[in-house]
Amino acid sequence: MTDNFALYRTMLLIRRFEERLLAEFSTGKLVGTTHTYIGQEADAVGIFSVTDPDDIVFSNHRCHGHFLAYGASSPQGSDPYRLAAELMGKATGLVGGRGGSQHIQWRNFYSNGIQGGIVPVAAGMALAEKEQQSGKIVLVFIGDGTLGEGALYESLNLAALWRLPLLVVLENNRYAQTTPVELAVAGSMAGRFAAFGIPVWERETSDVLEIQSAAREAVAHVRFGAGPAALILHTYRFMAHSKGDDTRSPEELTRIRQFDPLTIHAPRLSPAERDAAEAEVSALLAEAFSRAASDPFPALTTDHRTLNTEH
Amino acid sequence: MTTVLDSLNSALHSAMESDPRLYVLGEDLLDPYGGAFKVTRGLSTRFPERVLTTPISEAAILGAATGMALRGLRPVAEIMFGDFVTLIADQVVNHAAKFRWMYNDQVRVPLVVRAPMGGRRGYGPTHSQSLEKMFLGVPGLKVIAPSALGDPGALLLAAIADEDPVLFVEHKLLYTRPLLQAGQGDLADFALESGGDPFPYFVLRPPAPPRLTVATYGYNFELARAAALELMMEHEIFCDLLVFSQLSPFDLTPLFASLTQTRRLLTVEEGTLTLGWGAEVAARAVETVSGLQVRRVAARDLPIANSRPLEDAILPQVADIVAAARSF
Repeated sequence: MTDNFALYRTMLLIRRFEERLLAEFSTGKLVGTTHTYIGQEADAVGIFSVTDPDDIVFSNHRCHGHFLAYGASSPQGSDPYRLAAELMGKATGLVGGRGGSQHIQWRNFYSNGIQGGIVPVAAGMALAEKEQQSGKIVLVFIGDGTLGEGALYESLNLAALWRLPLLVVLENNRYAQTTPVELAVAGSMAGRFAAFGIPVWERETSDVLEIQSAAREAVAHVRFGAGPAALILHTYRFMAHSKGDDTRSPEELTRIRQFDPLTIHAPRLSPAERDAAEAEVSALLAEAFSRAASDPFPALTTDHRTLNTEH
Repeated sequence: MTTVLDSLNSALHSAMESDPRLYVLGEDLLDPYGGAFKVTRGLSTRFPERVLTTPISEAAILGAATGMALRGLRPVAEIMFGDFVTLIADQVVNHAAKFRWMYNDQVRVPLVVRAPMGGRRGYGPTHSQSLEKMFLGVPGLKVIAPSALGDPGALLLAAIADEDPVLFVEHKLLYTRPLLQAGQGDLADFALESGGDPFPYFVLRPPAPPRLTVATYGYNFELARAAALELMMEHEIFCDLLVFSQLSPFDLTPLFASLTQTRRLLTVEEGTLTLGWGAEVAARAVETVSGLQVRRVAARDLPIANSRPLEDAILPQVADIVAAARSF
């Protein structure tokens, strides 16, 4: 099995998982909301191909792709079943149905749905790992929209002052919900990090190998103990921010499909390998979704209900 | 004479000595300054690697503490003035207090946020407030407040030992107060009971059957005590005094026992009246004890003025408590 095959298979897993989710929403099998990673798969897959399985991740509202790619880097492998169960609100979900799409936790992976607020938490985690000399680094995922949040800049300052093993991954998918980056971000993205003396690796690409190469350098910098780093990836989100809130023109949506990471990477595999990946992913997801669908819902126990009325 | 400040400072020294996972972080903590109110004095000299002085970044202080707690450390964060807890609200409500439950009990966030609150020092509208009421009832968060009763340092150690995030509210005027002992000084006429572990409550029982029950916490116990003495000496009105150190989650069992005798509840707090601690205490008391009359003494719903006469008019005074007690 080639490295290129593994990269392709994980990107395809994310793509098909997210497509399945959107289909399930449209048929009413899933409720609530979701934020799909379709179009950005190369970012997470490239990054988690060069991290250690025990590194720590703090992800955001658009976390499914990060989670599946993180899982692929772990000894256990990706677990789309427990993610699907979580999204369906099942007791077998990653956090027992309490968190849902934006709030999951598994091994050293955490996510939360508050823009910017996760960054100081990730900085504190990096401080803990540094103090305990674990050798682990912390990756925190933000987006262009996060650049409007003040907590981010407080955290960059701390991370630089204390030389924390923190890699800030900024995925610029060019829209914060419906607001284009031109209406929300003044000045330079890289300059924001440079102001704190944080080195930046910046790529405008959807090629997983180019992202892997940049991530390898940035991760090495952080792991070496040289302090925080930033990895800025300019990417494209093919689908709506969540569901049904896409105000972009059909022309734009067609144009950006030329940057499809799967299409870019596919020629590096043989047709037989691509078919094999498709078959493997398809079987994995069919099993994951049908098993999750038949799992039980959680119940509120006395213990949980009274978390705040007893100590 | 041991003051509340000495007690808290000694507790931090002993906690750092006994647990290498304990870190203290906040603004201006380093010696020789040792923190704005000196609660952290001496720590940075003895434990320089584990006392982190920070930029003026309250959200990042709390976020960092949360991340540290998630990953095996025991952080104690200081927010220089309790008024600045508005700047940590997102970190407390949407991160620290939420993670344990939201992540299905798979994680713990054992952190303490110390916040000096309260007025009566002429610090004006943004350095005098008692904002703890904004954090009462936040699921997953404990709010604890020492008073001069009992052992404030032990209370802080219990907060540090807790597996969940704790907001530890220190009224500034408490720092210089001596620790109170039962049977001494102006407490001589009262019998002292306590219970509740690890965050105790105290019940002061008068020498004659009580006409009403006064519930309070923190520094305002000083006012409530003075009022109780005046009521006893000058008006022959006797009060049970209930002093809580755990504000949230609410556990009012000992209060209900007193109220079934008196059927009159007077709450005393320094935060603004509307939707305050006393409002929740009163609501729960009314739900539990029949035939109850309630009065609340609290700050007026105004910003706290700088001018001393105005500040005094805005914050609750001993005379307000006496008047409220006599109004039943």
